[in-house]
Amino acid sequence: MKTTTAQQDFIRGIWKENPVLIQMLGLCPALAVTNSVANALAMSGATFFVLSCSSVLISTCKRFIPHEVRISAYILVIATFVTLADMLLQAYAPVQHKELGAFIALIVVNCMILGRQESFSAKNSVFRSLLDAFGTGIGFTIALVMMGGFREILGTGSFLGYSLFGPNFEPWVIMVLPAGGFLTLGFILLAIGAIEQRRKNKTAGKAEQMAEASS
Amino acid sequence: MSDQTLFSIFFSALVVNNFTLALFLGLCPFMGVSARVETALRMGLANIFVLVLTALSAWFLNTYILETAPYLRIISFIIVIASLVQIVEMAIKKLSPTLFRQLGIYLPLITTNCAILGLAIFQTNRGYGFMQGLTFAVGAGLGLTLALVLMASIRESVEFSDVPGIAKGTGLVLIIAGTLSLAFMGFAGLL
Repeated sequence: MKTTTAQQDFIRGIWKENPVLIQMLGLCPALAVTNSVANALAMSGATFFVLSCSSVLISTCKRFIPHEVRISAYILVIATFVTLADMLLQAYAPVQHKELGAFIALIVVNCMILGRQESFSAKNSVFRSLLDAFGTGIGFTIALVMMGGFREILGTGSFLGYSLFGPNFEPWVIMVLPAGGFLTLGFILLAIGAIEQRRKNKTAGKAEQMAEASS
Repeated sequence: MSDQTLFSIFFSALVVNNFTLALFLGLCPFMGVSARVETALRMGLANIFVLVLTALSAWFLNTYILETAPYLRIISFIIVIASLVQIVEMAIKKLSPTLFRQLGIYLPLITTNCAILGLAIFQTNRGYGFMQGLTFAVGAGLGLTLALVLMASIRESVEFSDVPGIAKGTGLVLIIAGTLSLAFMGFAGLL
């Protein structure tokens, strides 16, 4: 990938190739733990940590990993860092650790992390891999916090535990239930689809005008 | 050891705490292979098979090996699942080439299915014994298959209806899944 600059490596993961909203990777944690902003932040923090550490380690060791067993090697590295993240959370954020429960361990099978290792860290320098991991991690965080924000504000009328609308607000209980997760992500995707289509129409319209003007 | 009855474990995993629709496990195949009922059914059956094997090996690991080293749990589970899927794949290839062709790409994909690792971890956290673990695995597998097949049949009919352009794709699938998840909440009073 000699054609991209370091800046592009970093920016790409945030919006254009956002892991959750565009590539549809890592959907399980994005839906399961976003019933409050605090949980979403804890989950993104843990994923960010695992992703950056494994990207650095794997891009460092890429010459020593035989091609045939690379997937198993990646999984092992990821599992080691997930165990670390699990212990760190248990020590420093016991409340969040209890809320997230099994989903911390399930970071191992988050396809987003394995995907970045296979498609980027295995072929690029340590610095580039770290930038790529940061970009992807930030993109993941944005998506999760957005989902968590929508669901917490509508579902409980508060943001990070602070009440927003006063006591008269009737919470939309469905938003914090599992069904709310599916619906929120569904509507976010519809909105993104609409924005993309509009942009496409606009550029198409401009091209037409240009063609008319030149003729 | 947990003192739930086998019956309640089975129905809880099958419908009330359905892996896909209530716990969001195994969403990748749910989005990926739910376009046709036939493939969805096959994927579900392959999943049941691997889930049962995983439950057995997770029980074995927990009882005989991991007691002295609980911090190795995540690593050892994922290694066992990955090698298990490989062994099953080789065995099926040797014993029944027809079935192997039918399952195709779905078999190796099961390794990265969060439902499998999720099952092993839930089983450990809840302290299920041998029979309880086995019942849990069968219930969860049937629940996954049920969700997959329902989704696939809905998507097959959606294909023939006129939806707006922006809704073609994952957005609509997620909203259908949300509606299904709402419907499954009705089972909550069952237990």
